[in-house]
Amino acid sequence: MPLPFRLFFIILLALCLTNCDSTTDRAVTVEFWAMGQEGEQVRALLSEFERRHPGIRVRVQQIPWSAAHEKLLTAYAGDSMPDVFQLGNTWIPEFVALRAIDPLDEHLQTWSEDALADFFPGILATNRLDGRTCALPWYVDTRLFFYRTDLLAAAGFAEPPTTWDGWLHAMTTLKGANGSARYAILLPINEWQLPVILALQRGASLLRDRDQYGNFQDSRFRAAFVFYLKLFEQGLAPPVSNAQMTNIYQEFANGTFAVYVSGPWNIGEFGRRLPAAMQPHWSTAPLPGFDGESGVSLAGGASLALSRTSPRREAAWKLLEFLAEPEQQARFYQLTGDLPTRQSAWNDPALASNPYAQAFRQQLLHVQATPPIPEWERIASRIAYYAELAVRQELSVEEALAALDRDVDRILEKRRWLLARGLTP
Amino acid sequence: MIGPERHAALSAWAFLAPALLLITVFFFLPILAALLLSFTDFDIYALGDLDRLRFIGLNNYVHLLQSPLFWTALGNTLYFVVVGGPLSVAVSLGAALLLNNRLTRFPGFFRAVFFLPVVTTLVAVAVVWRYLYHPRYGLLNYGLSLIGIAPIDWLGDPAWAMPAIILMAVWKNFGFNMIIFIAGLQNIPAQLYEAARIDGASAWRQFRYITLPLLGPTFLFVALMTMIGYFQVFAEPYVMTQGGPANRTLSVVLLMYEEGFRWWNMGYASAAAFVLFALILAATVVQLKLRRARD
Repeated sequence: MPLPFRLFFIILLALCLTNCDSTTDRAVTVEFWAMGQEGEQVRALLSEFERRHPGIRVRVQQIPWSAAHEKLLTAYAGDSMPDVFQLGNTWIPEFVALRAIDPLDEHLQTWSEDALADFFPGILATNRLDGRTCALPWYVDTRLFFYRTDLLAAAGFAEPPTTWDGWLHAMTTLKGANGSARYAILLPINEWQLPVILALQRGASLLRDRDQYGNFQDSRFRAAFVFYLKLFEQGLAPPVSNAQMTNIYQEFANGTFAVYVSGPWNIGEFGRRLPAAMQPHWSTAPLPGFDGESGVSLAGGASLALSRTSPRREAAWKLLEFLAEPEQQARFYQLTGDLPTRQSAWNDPALASNPYAQAFRQQLLHVQATPPIPEWERIASRIAYYAELAVRQELSVEEALAALDRDVDRILEKRRWLLARGLTP
Repeated sequence: MIGPERHAALSAWAFLAPALLLITVFFFLPILAALLLSFTDFDIYALGDLDRLRFIGLNNYVHLLQSPLFWTALGNTLYFVVVGGPLSVAVSLGAALLLNNRLTRFPGFFRAVFFLPVVTTLVAVAVVWRYLYHPRYGLLNYGLSLIGIAPIDWLGDPAWAMPAIILMAVWKNFGFNMIIFIAGLQNIPAQLYEAARIDGASAWRQFRYITLPLLGPTFLFVALMTMIGYFQVFAEPYVMTQGGPANRTLSVVLLMYEEGFRWWNMGYASAAAFVLFALILAATVVQLKLRRARD
């Protein structure tokens, strides 16, 4: 048979098979996109879900994190969205602007007040837009200190610093004790997180006037930015990007730096990758704050959302509800190490007995969201870009912040246009 | 009645129709759509609701030409083309001459070895080269340390990142042009060299007055294709450096990709594509003109 004909028959056969399948089985198949290792591990939870809901089958599509954002956008443009999808919580405003998300308020009316209040408030806030709950937080991500207890103790610090002054003092002492080839702290210069965290701690509002303009030349942002640059100028942090520190675990074990600002996934990585002899000598701690206040960090994490175009929203909601249960969140923590968004899930023995997770629980009570606008990721990348130029001393503080404001104002031009016309962005 | 000429024309069109249809649907229409897109501010807002699309005329082009990032990207791309292009052609030619020499043993083996990088996946190559370039544990810096040169942070130092990318790209691509050069060299009649040798011409003079002129058309083809390809450099910086450090390896196509698929500014990205197209067209015309003037 010539190839085209053969292909034709194969397609015909496939069509028939799928048709026959759905008519005899009558099960609803929910398409679920999840990223990276979550996409792999979540399957282990689903047998329980399918047992409870015999009429629903879940098909998990695993997407690599690096391509996830593009893939979701292209899926939306190509009208092939899954029914349920995982997304970074900073992407929510974007997908709301796209009209890709079905808000959950109607479904949530069946929930008790306590259930919603069980989520960490700072994290839940990132999932709410204009008073509507657009997605459910699945697991959290925030940044705090991973540090070498032995090096800090040797430098005379029994406890990690809790204030900016104490932090700077500890870093300077560590650097002095370590010598010129070693550093106190590793802050990859191509990341926006730390400059933004410091600015939030300093009380800066990143944007102004209903998030229509950049507010980076404001004195509070500038003060935080100067503090950030000082860590590099004084040689406390090496001016390198993430890619250049090819093996941070090895360098951390070598004592190249004593403190690293990172997220929950590194609890597992540090446990696996640091040599056994190093295991008793590291810990985690909440971030220090400016002027005696508890230091805030970012309200990051991943959420689960329903697609607006899904014809199976009832079944999809059941899946969402199931994955948000405290028991499932606790199980998911055991599978992946992802920290639960519901506080009651933290009472699970496996999590309560993890000493490294406790700092995260404290930190999660002090988290703040980045501006809830679709343009945020873009703005964040501009912050990282200008911060890197300033660290490399290619731009002065004034030049970098002025350029940042200018770029951000241009990025927000469409938002201003929409707001001026009374359209919702 | 249809005359024989009409008839011939009609059947020609009929035979061409399938190909033309495909080209129109999958090539000309998308290009036209992209051109129209470049006059709009198509972004995620417009993707969600077409009422939020604005026709903004040449604004994308104006913004693009005013954007320092575009000029950085263009500068990097030109750096890549101007340094990498001739280097790549020279290495290809050198390798072709070596392999074509009568004294070379096992030419088939070496041809295969030199061609191997061309068929290897770029991502795999990039991973290996990232190890080679590693400032502390990399083979390259180890070699340099043997002759007393201090370690270079190849991919992390803004000054060295582009040369590092060029080195890898040349290594990866020279085999393809080498094969074309070998074919060109084998087309040169052997009698010419014999005659030159009888006249007592040195190896250099044989190369200068026989090989180079007769390789002219091959040379032009290789130079044009390399230039066009190098103008569109994307995968190497995308995999190796993501455009960093400090945007020193950001190319125009990488910028276009970021604007289009990361930030979904399709209008702006389309404008960048057309500016690049105009540049490549201009550079090609200039190269052809130069060639004709010389001939």
